[in-house]
Amino acid sequence: MSERRPIRWHVVVFLAPAVLVYTAIMIVPLFNTLRLALYTEVDQARVFVGLANFRTLFGDPRWSASFWNALGNNFWFFFIHMLVQNPLGIALAAILSNPRLRFAHLYRSAIFVPTILSFVIVGFAWKLILSPIWGIAPGMLDTLGLASWFRPWLGMEGSALTTLALISVWQFVGIPMMLIYAALLSIPDEILEAGECDGITGMAAFWKIKLPLILPSIGIISILTFVGNFNAFDLIYSAQGALAGPNFATDILGTFMYRTFFGFQLQLGDPHMGSAIATAMFAIILIGVCIYLFGIQTRLRRYQF
Amino acid sequence: MSAARRNPLNSAAAHAALLAYVAIALFPVFVIVINSFKDRRSIFREPLALPDAESFSLIGYQTVLKQGDFFLYFQNSFIVTVASLFFILLFGAMAAFALAEYRFRGNMLMGLYLALGIMIPIRIGTVAILEMMVATNLVNTLWALILVYTAQGLPLAVFILSEFMRQVSDDLKNAGRIDGLSEYTIFLRLVLPLVRPALATVAVFNMIPIWNDLWFPLILAPAEETKTLTLGSQVFIGQFVTDWNAVLSALSMAILPVMGLYVIFSRQLIRGITSGAVK
Repeated sequence: MSERRPIRWHVVVFLAPAVLVYTAIMIVPLFNTLRLALYTEVDQARVFVGLANFRTLFGDPRWSASFWNALGNNFWFFFIHMLVQNPLGIALAAILSNPRLRFAHLYRSAIFVPTILSFVIVGFAWKLILSPIWGIAPGMLDTLGLASWFRPWLGMEGSALTTLALISVWQFVGIPMMLIYAALLSIPDEILEAGECDGITGMAAFWKIKLPLILPSIGIISILTFVGNFNAFDLIYSAQGALAGPNFATDILGTFMYRTFFGFQLQLGDPHMGSAIATAMFAIILIGVCIYLFGIQTRLRRYQF
Repeated sequence: MSAARRNPLNSAAAHAALLAYVAIALFPVFVIVINSFKDRRSIFREPLALPDAESFSLIGYQTVLKQGDFFLYFQNSFIVTVASLFFILLFGAMAAFALAEYRFRGNMLMGLYLALGIMIPIRIGTVAILEMMVATNLVNTLWALILVYTAQGLPLAVFILSEFMRQVSDDLKNAGRIDGLSEYTIFLRLVLPLVRPALATVAVFNMIPIWNDLWFPLILAPAEETKTLTLGSQVFIGQFVTDWNAVLSALSMAILPVMGLYVIFSRQLIRGITSGAVK
């Protein structure tokens, strides 16, 4: 490589389209959005204001209340996913990975169905099912003798966010299930047989042999869940609208940013405040990814088979 | 697993647990689809009953087809998805080939640069993307969506495809070079056909998020003539909230094409996820 060679044009031709599209549509707008957060509009002209937008976002009581509300809701949303979606996915994968289980591929395909549906379908379908007007949910609780348990969960401030998070879990549990399933299948039989010789079988084999071996996959699922949740918007918008009702109880960063930069009923759109929120989202996602890359991934022991 | 091998009770428990979860996973789809074929009275009186001769009705579908331009929405979604996939696969494969095949200064850096986008969602840049599309007069065109989805899909496509292209044998490519094939012919004729399974995996991975996306159609192409099926059903359902027949039929119509594609591609999709392409 030390001597000077003529430019190999075919390398340029192969790389150019992807690099151009990626740079122009993804990287430049990303940095432009970070830059726009430092401007504001005065008399239809763009003025540089430094960190004033962030001062408004964190300092103005109205803005900061909305921001912390959305951030807190977002963390709760993520927490429910980590608590329900990932353990459920691991459990389903553990059951499915039994080589003697019949119809495994049918179960796998059926459990993955919700993941392929759009948020619009998922949001409205659950809204209809949980609706007190239609009465599917109350009717089913009635047959179980629990009719008094029914509440319009999506309409109450206390339970709407948790309900939506569980709907999202229902939709996406297929992804952790598949990734863990793949990881479980890649564990060589010799290791499990060695465990059997030592008397480690059944549940013990899962906890003592398989779970430590799939920890790297669990790490990947956690970071995918984190990025996905802090970037979520569609389900809340489909089910509750841009106002993320009732009374902003289901507002997360995605809906907050949409309302701010695009505007809604009573408020004009403000691209600069929207950019400030996007910058905050970027920072949160970046911190999460860095914690994963430097704090978690490097400490997980990987086993080469 | 060895316990299940010995104990039939355990395997019955496994089937019971899986069946219970499958019921939860499919129940909402089932309820929506059966009720879309019933008349209004039966939807409310017997929501869980299958449509019979008395309750069968297509009134919802008639409303949907009369009021909403679902064929246009479907066509838009189809064009956007197919065109985006085409560009993701073509540009992604070209860049992956350059990174996997040639040693040049900055190869590593270029790979890292392209991989950045795997972890950082493109939505963060929405404000500037919208401004750019307004400035270039691409708002409310399908091109705006195609460009955004192509940029969104490229990082993972390059990452997966270059992994696969490193496995293509050097002897084969060198044999081609000795026979006087140009680098372009080697890429098109020798390498691309060999990584076809990886191309299919990338296509299936990208297809569902593009088809189902609501954010970018809502912001970049909300006009009537560029609505995608996802946005179209969202708006339609919002307007017809009280017409239960129409809402249920619109939902069923949005479900059916995706289910059709899933039945065709599910093996490919599941093989793609489980082949460890995303590890």
